[in-house]
Parts: sequence; structure tokens; C-alpha cells
Amino acid sequence: MMERLFISGCLIVTLTASAASADMVDPKSVVSTYSDIALANYSDALTTAKALDTAVEALIAGPSEETLAAAKQAWKAARIPYQQTETFRFGNAIVDDWEGRVNAWPLDEGLIDYVDAGYGTESDENGLYTANVIAHPEIEINGRKVDAASITPDLLSGTLHEAGEVEANVATGYHAVEFLLWGQDLKGTEAGAGARAASDFDTANCTNSNCDRRAAYLKAASALLVSDLEEMVGNWEEGGAARSALMDAAPEAGLSAILTGMGSLSYGELAGERMKLGLLLHDPEEEHDCFSDNTHISHLYDAVGIQNVYTGRYTRIDGSVVDGPSLSDLVKEKDGDVDAELVGNLEATVAAMRAMEKRAEGGEAYDQMIGEGNDAGNQVVQAAIDALVTQTRSIERAITALELAGISIEGSDSLDDPSAVFQ
Amino acid sequence: MKPATLAISVVLALLAGLFSAAALAGLEALAHRDDLNAAERKKVASVLQPPASFSKPESFELMTAGATTSRASPNRDAFSHSSANLSFEQERDFKLGNGLFRKLWVSSPSSTQASDGLGPLFNARSCQRCHLKDGRGRAPRNDGKADTFLIRLSIPPQTDAERDAISRHRMLAVPDPVYGGQLQDAAVPGLAAEGRVRVGYREIPVRLAGGETASLREPAYEIEKLGYGPMHPDVMISPRVATPMIGLGLLEAIHEGDILANADPQDRDGDGISGRPNLVLDETADKIVAGRYGWKATQPTIAQQSAHAFSGDIGISTQIVASPWGDCTDRQTACLSMPNGVQKRLGAVEAPKTVTDLVNFYAANLAVPARREIDDPQVLRGKRVFHASGCAACHRPKYVTSRKAAQPEHRFQLIWPYTDLILHDMGEGLADNRPVGNATGREWRTAPLWGIGLTETVSGHTELLHDGRARNLLEAILWHGGEAEAAKQKIVGLQPDERAALLRFLESL
Repeated sequence: MMERLFISGCLIVTLTASAASADMVDPKSVVSTYSDIALANYSDALTTAKALDTAVEALIAGPSEETLAAAKQAWKAARIPYQQTETFRFGNAIVDDWEGRVNAWPLDEGLIDYVDAGYGTESDENGLYTANVIAHPEIEINGRKVDAASITPDLLSGTLHEAGEVEANVATGYHAVEFLLWGQDLKGTEAGAGARAASDFDTANCTNSNCDRRAAYLKAASALLVSDLEEMVGNWEEGGAARSALMDAAPEAGLSAILTGMGSLSYGELAGERMKLGLLLHDPEEEHDCFSDNTHISHLYDAVGIQNVYTGRYTRIDGSVVDGPSLSDLVKEKDGDVDAELVGNLEATVAAMRAMEKRAEGGEAYDQMIGEGNDAGNQVVQAAIDALVTQTRSIERAITALELAGISIEGSDSLDDPSAVFQ
Repeated sequence: MKPATLAISVVLALLAGLFSAAALAGLEALAHRDDLNAAERKKVASVLQPPASFSKPESFELMTAGATTSRASPNRDAFSHSSANLSFEQERDFKLGNGLFRKLWVSSPSSTQASDGLGPLFNARSCQRCHLKDGRGRAPRNDGKADTFLIRLSIPPQTDAERDAISRHRMLAVPDPVYGGQLQDAAVPGLAAEGRVRVGYREIPVRLAGGETASLREPAYEIEKLGYGPMHPDVMISPRVATPMIGLGLLEAIHEGDILANADPQDRDGDGISGRPNLVLDETADKIVAGRYGWKATQPTIAQQSAHAFSGDIGISTQIVASPWGDCTDRQTACLSMPNGVQKRLGAVEAPKTVTDLVNFYAANLAVPARREIDDPQVLRGKRVFHASGCAACHRPKYVTSRKAAQPEHRFQLIWPYTDLILHDMGEGLADNRPVGNATGREWRTAPLWGIGLTETVSGHTELLHDGRARNLLEAILWHGGEAEAAKQKIVGLQPDERAALLRFLESL
């Protein structure tokens, strides 16, 4: 009975709306735009990851400060499209299941390579804290000897990643590559990022030993990044699993997935875990891109990605634009005030992130901004956090305006549904 | 403290237990549920009835933890998701809590003052390093690594004052005079660790009906490399693996009357199963209440459980356990002379309330995954075996949580934890012979079974029971004795296909 009433209520609203406007926004087309942006965005992430892989090959073939700098630059360029895709998490199970392979953080870098003596030799329970697989062709995991003579993508993803169930054993993804290119940031909350020398990859004049294995690790990690992104691009192509899951579900479930991703990334993930925690502890270890001091860029493009999926407009790395009917159009139809508020708040967040970027480019890195006693720096980070919180409030209002509360892809609460909950 | 009030509340608690049989007999169903009106009591009593049929799943059975249930993929991250009904803001607190849960504490003094205070003695540098993937710990390996496992220590009460404190539930056990309440196998630089545990096993073959056999490994523990001289001659040890972190907030949301009603200390219903709550001190409320957490139900709340873990396992002080030296005893003078991590401007303890509140919120909101394959015929057959063999007498399937639970998202949820949260005599085989609180050396809390089928997926092993001695579900069942002996014998006597169905059912939890 309830359900019937609800449906007829919807019909009335729909009819009224269509009478008022000839260009009524079809929710299905909004979900379709979102999928198109996902495809273009992951494709750009893939293109830049391939460029990174090429730069890595050049570094290995001819290690020099120039080729190292070029590889670092390629890594930074690759972060820009990738971070914009993070908004596709938290609503799409396929992305959530995959994400840990490419962007896991934080990591115990001693698993991968040599580390400074100040890092300590043993982290209690993580037996692999200083396993240093680059220096050891055989290592022990959970009491079993593992042959690591040949460093391959398979070894990284199948054996080392999360070895011993320790999440900090991050062997793959952007941050593993970042560590290999930059090395440890030993400056704490002082100025300066990691400062690995190109000769760490130079088999002829090798510094810090095992340059061949270090090069092999770097190459395996960057190749793996490429293949992981290829897989995700496939998921968003026509007929791909992620696109189909969205397009086959009720349009409301698709809209809910978009807004859930926006809200969860804004508030819990970015404002909370990645920003507020570091500020709370004033701990430079709580920095997302800690080896490269590129955190401000990562945070900025997370915010841009959230804006993209709401406005239905993504600017590709080549400058071209992917756009279509948007969530913003749909919300505007229901409640123009809510839409204007959310559009404004998304813009305000990007502006606050740009202020953080400016300060970072001006010489004060993110880990310095969160340092204890740096009131001005703390305030810049706090302003971005506050903007994210404010925009989440507007996202909640949009969910209410679209009557999406409680709707998810996984199941609804109708009575004959096995996923119903006792109330 | 008012001892008289205390004594009365204990008596009332015990009476509630005695009258439970009468209550169940139908005088007034769920009369103790002061959070519900009459109509709700009736509705709840009806949904809590045992299954009428095993031909199809019960209503709501898929959603193990009500509206909090996680529907994420049952992969290696299955225990790490937040309750499904949190707001974006609560999700933030959950993630901040997660950040603190994984945070590595460092020894004092250090440059990051909000993060120091580790030890001086410790078992782990972070919560997560024992609760790997928020899952279940395991027994020490052959190489002596005990990363998700620890040993508790105590001695018999030596004085009347100690005996009195224990009988009044003011004290759980008397710590070893030198080594304290547990063995810390690590220490900050410059200090000796307390020692290290070694385990050896003896295989015991078991014959099952239908020509099947199994083998149980019986552990023997040895503590070596003692850092502070001999232990007390009468020291008692109890090995413990880390428990899974899922569903803890919902266990706290169970009405205390429901737990007390599970007790039947005199076995009035004559089913051979008695069971009684571990009555323990809520250190914040200064009240004696039913314990809910830990292998012997010695902790009543998440806040108290995690405060003791912060202190005993990591050596971090909190509002509830305020000594910055953790489990150092006054005979460990070198330990007491080490610097600690208290920063006056950040508060009087190493982990201030803002930190512990977030960690506790995290612990209270790790979601239980939805069931899998609930309508598979073999799973349903196994469910029937589970009920017919008497497993459900202690592994109580379901509850409706209190409407007065602290967190709104946990209120009035139909949940399926498969535990009565009380103590049972489990026989000589499982006994650690180390009393703690009410619990004798043979008694253990019925372990919750929700999520147990994902142990291998999440934790990469299938070791079960308090010390990880069981290598799989069947071995865990076969270790049951004492009050569970009769049920165990039924499982032993089953035909292989019935036993396989039971295991399949457990794997679907």
C-alpha cells in the first residue's frame, strides 16, 4: 500500500514537472553522463600512467638527475587525473574492491627498500617492516620462505601486497612508485621532500646497492599501475561491469551512488582521515603524498573530481570537455536553492584548496602546514576542511531534495526483499 | 563507593537470572525490557522465536546486524567497513578512529608529541597490529612470532583484602608481583622485554561417526627469556588471541536483562547447561554489571575494554587507566624511570578523550557483513543440525537491541550474533585453570559466531578458540566439553553429510 502511494506520488510530481518544463532531465541520462566522465577520467589516468611507465623506462635505461626529474614530473602529472577519479569510490563496489591496489596508503616503506636508521629496525609485529625485498632475493612471510629472486608484477601484487594481512605492507600503486622515485622524506615538518639520487638506479655506479633490483621493482610497480588502470577503464566502457551495474539498477540507485561517493569522499575520507587526523596529531607521517610533498595537489583534485560529477562536466588532460545532463540539472529542477547552494559550496572548496596549493607552491609544503605551532598554516588546512564539511551538508540537502535517503545499489527495504530489516 | 548498594544490585542481578526460566515460561514475555512498550515486547518476543521451519531462511536473516549490516563484497576487507546506517559525519568519525586505530605510537620523547608515550613495555605499537584487518588473531608460529596473541598472568589471591576485592567484583585477578597482568614481549629502546612465549603441540586423534577422523592439537606453553627474574611460583597463565572487531557496538546495545535472562546457574530447566554472567565493575559508572567483552567476559563496555588494551598492550594511558607506565609493576624500577608521553598542554594522559572517543566510535561501528548463501539447501540443513544438536542453547542466534542503546543507529535492531555472552564450563580440555572475576579456570564466554565464515578470507587462517589451537571449525567444535559435551557428542555421532552441512552453515555466518 505504502509503496503504491509512493509511486503515484512520484507520477504526479513527474507530470507536474514535465508540464512546467519541456526539457525535463532524465535520471538515466544523468547516470549515463557520470559513466562517460568515469570512462574519460580513468582513460586519462591510464594515459598519464603509461607516460609515467615510459619515463621510468628512460630512467632505468639512462639514470641521470634529468631522467629522474622527468619520471617525477610524470608521476605528478599522473596524479592529477587519478585523484579526480576518487569520487567514483564509495558508491561503486567494483571501484572499492580495486582501489587498494593502486592508491593504498600509508605504507611501511622498509618492506620495499633501504630506509634511514632513524626508521628503526623492527616494528614489533610487522615482521616485514624492514624486509627490504630489493636487498633480499628471499624473504620470509608468515614463517614461509618466499622466492623473490625475480621481481615481477605478480610478486608485488600476489605476494607482497598486504603481506601478513598488514595493511601498511603496501607493495603496489602510486605510493610505492612515489617512494621509489623520491625516497624517504626525512625532514619531518621541516622544508623538503625525499631526496633519492638517480644513481640508486645506476647499475654501473650504484649507490645504496642492488640498483638492478630497485630498477626491476620500479618497473614492475609502474607496469602494474598501467594494467590495473586498463582493467578499470574496461569496467566503464560500454558493457563494462561498473557501467552496467549502474545502468541496470533503478535510476534512483545510480543517483544515490553518485551522491554517496561525493559525500563520503568529502567528509569521511578527505576532510576526516586525510586532513583532520594529521592536523589533530600535527604528524608529518599523516600526509597523503608524503615522499613527494605533492599532497596539496592530491587533495585539490579530489575536490575537483567531486565538482565534475555534480556539474556533469569533466575537462580532459588534452583540454577537451566531456559533459551531459547532470545531477545539478536534476536538483535544480526539484529545488533551485539547493542546487545553487551546492554549486557554490563545491566552488568554495576548490577555492580553499587552491589557497592551500598556492601556499605549498610558495614554499611551505603540506606537512609543514599541519605542523604544531604553525597557526597560519593550520588555518589554511582547516579552512579547506571546513569547506568540505559545508559542501557535505549541501550534498545531504540534495539527497533529501531528490528523495534518495536510504536508497542504495545493494538493496531496498521493500517487504518481500530478503535484505529487509526488522523495524 | 557504597558497598551496600552494590551488594543489592548483585543480588538483583542474580535473581534476574534465577527467574529467567519463569519469564520464558510466559508469565509476561520480556518483562525485563523496560525500553519497550507492551506491543513492542510482543512483537520482539515473536521475532525471537526459534525458526519454525528449515525449508527457507527466516525473515531478516540475511541482514545479520540489522540496518548496520555491511553489504560490501565479502573480500579481505569485509570486516573493515562502517555500519551501513551512519551519516556522512559519523563516517568521518569512524575514519578518524580508523586512523588512530592504525596509528603507530612511538617512544618518548619524540618530535611528534601527540603520538608518543609507547610502552615502556608493550605487545604492539598500534591497535591494528594485533587486530589485523579488524579480524581474528592466531596462535604463535613455530618461529616464536606471537604478533596477534598474548599471555595473561595472575597469581592466587594472597591476602584477605585481595580475596574480598575479588568477591566484591572490585578486582578481576591479582597480577604477578613482578610481571603484572600480562607478558609484554617488547619494550622501548634501553629497556628489557619481559620474555617470550613458545608453544608446542601434541596431536590427539578423534574418531567421528561414519568412519571420519580428526586430530586436535593440544598446546603446551613455555615462557622463555624472562627479562626480570623468576615469576611468582604460583603464577597462572592464560593465552589469548585478538578477537574480531565486528559488531561490538551492537553487543553493547543488547539489553542487560537479556543477558541475565540467558543465565541458568542452577540448571533449573535441566538441559545440562547452566551458565552465568561474569559480573564485573564498570569503572566509569562505578557499578557492577554483566561483562560482555573478552574471552572471559571481563569487560562490560567498549570504552573500558579499549582503555585496558591501550594500557596493557600498547602502554598508553587514558582517562580510564591513567598510569602512563602501562603494565610496569613497582618492582620494575627501570620501567618506571623511563620517560612517558604525557604532555601537560594536551591533557593529563597520553591518549586524551578526543582520541579514545574516536577509537571507541570506530570499535563500536565496524559492521558485520551480510550472510551468504542463506537459502542454499545444504546451509539450511546445517542450520537445522545446529539447532537440533543444541548449539543454539548457548550460541543464541538473535536479539533485538535496546531502544535505549547509547547510539541511535544501534537501537531496536534485530541482530544475529550467536552468543549468550555468559560463561559456561567448557571442560578440562579447554581450561586455562586461571580464574578471573566470576569465571573459574574452566569457564569461557560463549564466543559470537557472526562473521566466523569469513575468517580465512579476512585473516588468512582458520584458527579458532581463545588460543588459536583449533585449526578449523570442526576442531573448534570438537574441543567443546563440560556443559557443551552433550552437543559435541551429537556432532561426533552425525553422519558425514550432516556434519558437512553444519560446517557449511557456519561458513555462511
